[in-house]
Amino acid sequence: MSVKTFSIDGQIISAKEGQTILEAARDAGIFIPTLCHFTGLTNVGACRLCVVEIGNSPKLQPACTTKVIEGMEVKVNTERLKEYRKLILELLFAERNHQCSVCVANGNCELQNLAIKLGIDHVRFEFRYQNYPVDISHELFGIDHNRCILCTRCVRVCDEIEGAHTWDVAFRGANAIVITDMNQPWGESESCTSCGKCVLVCPTGALFKRGVSVAELQKDKSHLEFLIQAKVKKQWIR
Amino acid sequence: MKKEIIIEPVTRVEGHAKITLFLDDAGEVIDARFHVNEFRGFEQFCIGRPFREMPSITARICGICPVSHILASSKACDKILSVDIPIAAVKLRRLMNLGQIIQSHALSFFHLSSPDLILGWDTPQEKRNIFGLIAQNPELARQGIRLRQFGQEIIELIGGKKIHPAWSVAGGVRDNLSSESIEYIKSKLPEALQIIKSALKLYKSKFKEYESEFYTFGNFPTYYMGLVDDEGNWEHYDGWIRIVDSMGNIIADKLEPENYQNFIGEAVESWSYLKFPYYKPLGYPAGIYRVGPLARLNICKEIGTDLADKELINFRKLGSGSVNSAFHYHYARLIEILACIEKINQMIDDPDLKSKKLRARAGVNRSEAVGCSEAPRGILFHHYKVDDNGLITFVNLIIATGQNNLAMNRTILQIARNYIHGFDIPESMLNRVEAGIRAYDPCLSCSTHAFGQMPMKIELVNSNGEVIASKVRG
Repeated sequence: MSVKTFSIDGQIISAKEGQTILEAARDAGIFIPTLCHFTGLTNVGACRLCVVEIGNSPKLQPACTTKVIEGMEVKVNTERLKEYRKLILELLFAERNHQCSVCVANGNCELQNLAIKLGIDHVRFEFRYQNYPVDISHELFGIDHNRCILCTRCVRVCDEIEGAHTWDVAFRGANAIVITDMNQPWGESESCTSCGKCVLVCPTGALFKRGVSVAELQKDKSHLEFLIQAKVKKQWIR
Repeated sequence: MKKEIIIEPVTRVEGHAKITLFLDDAGEVIDARFHVNEFRGFEQFCIGRPFREMPSITARICGICPVSHILASSKACDKILSVDIPIAAVKLRRLMNLGQIIQSHALSFFHLSSPDLILGWDTPQEKRNIFGLIAQNPELARQGIRLRQFGQEIIELIGGKKIHPAWSVAGGVRDNLSSESIEYIKSKLPEALQIIKSALKLYKSKFKEYESEFYTFGNFPTYYMGLVDDEGNWEHYDGWIRIVDSMGNIIADKLEPENYQNFIGEAVESWSYLKFPYYKPLGYPAGIYRVGPLARLNICKEIGTDLADKELINFRKLGSGSVNSAFHYHYARLIEILACIEKINQMIDDPDLKSKKLRARAGVNRSEAVGCSEAPRGILFHHYKVDDNGLITFVNLIIATGQNNLAMNRTILQIARNYIHGFDIPESMLNRVEAGIRAYDPCLSCSTHAFGQMPMKIELVNSNGEVIASKVRG
């Protein structure tokens, strides 16, 4: 396996062939914000938070799906990128009803944490105030589409790790939602094994354990990381 | 030609309101309306939410009395689960409610009403506020702030934060009280007791000066409604509903909060977003009743603590049977602060407060439930219906201030009739109308807080709706 050498913000980085910019950056301890990425799942480049500048190209590329090329000059922290990332988060907040104060994941939410980290203090867009349904027909879990950011982590973990492929995305564009089976109530899904991986992997409070109250949802992701490592690398190490 | 006087906004109450006074041709007041002109929509937008979120969502109704909504809501949620919650959870909720009553009453008396009571009604408006009080009587202002802080700290120590703690939940509570927190509360009790004693002494020393206000500030017969315990004593969290009349006769007792719709009707008027609850058997508006500190002290046999019961005897001398002047809400509020401090002292050594058995777990076992508790301003009802999965399909909230709505309108009318004769708008009338409303400590939106620095706009309007004179101050 050959080694690729490239630079991030002027710092020389070595990466294995086939590694993405995101993986190489994380190995080197460089922070790039992500929401749809989850280590061990296929990258889909959906959230666009990890966009980076490469060379002199005006086109921004997602770090999670762009493979490292020898000698490439990557910038991950320019003013332009910071502005775009804030814009993306603001659009996410404006699109559905992310009311942290009454959310089960308040204080334990990747979207909220990222907004704090990236310095979102207000949203410049008009809120859409969409009224999506809440589905708590499942015995153990619930989904509030109002809090979903369509990262599709649930779709991928269910398909790639559990193998059930209960979740998928229906409809297009702004109307897209995640669905179970043939867009039926989750409690009536025949393929769902009630394993709960989708709940663990969800970055927000969209997928939650039934019975939790506001700010009570804790997601122990280490449990999931163990499963993914076992499945992908055949290593059963905690 | 009929005339209208409009007072807008009404200051130093929790929320926004305006007052319209209707004058006849001779300039005498024929009617008064207290308009609550803000709309919140909680009963609508909660529909579709999981019921377990309701304590935290409805807490957002108010930044001053969130605990009241959290408790009434949690009680409704307990009933949806059909569980008896652990005894420790009940005790911790009761302790938090005592802290809540102390902090809210302290805010009402020291921050909002004492500028009127201590500085006098006719002190210029720009000085008649908490800052004016600090300038004239810094010790009293400091004590008020300290007492409110004591109540707030109890809420924070139990629930993790002062405002909107997500602590009381369906089936119980999330955390107990640590030994350090208990010791801290105990260490603060003597100061709190000393503050309320001196406030009561000061208030009583001023009694004589307010005598004319006793008779004009909402002094009329109404019914009184609130919770009492099994023995008919003062209660703030559980118990039965009792209704007494203006003479102190019990006209209904041991009513189940769950059946509130049998005895409380809710009338609607086109000119206010605040509903007008009334005692159903007597109809609207004859079934006018009041809630809150005045009502609680009128309905109970005794409070159950030494010092507060002594004050209760003094309080009852102010009326024959029930005490009917809204002015005495202030005195009742101070007595209740004293009672809460004593009750905290009684319960603070209870080992159950440190118990780890705090929460009953269950699913949706009932589709409809009513939760009821005493908020600082009066009895509060949360009524929910849920579907099989626990999604809310119906919400009805009956808030204390709504239940005082009829009485507040009558109070304004009574004050206006005493101070308005002719088409002038005397300053003394404006001050007293506002102060009369303030006696009820209304919580109109509960989310905003005005300091008496806001402009007041008064308009004289003829029957064609034309403004014929106006006056702006502040």
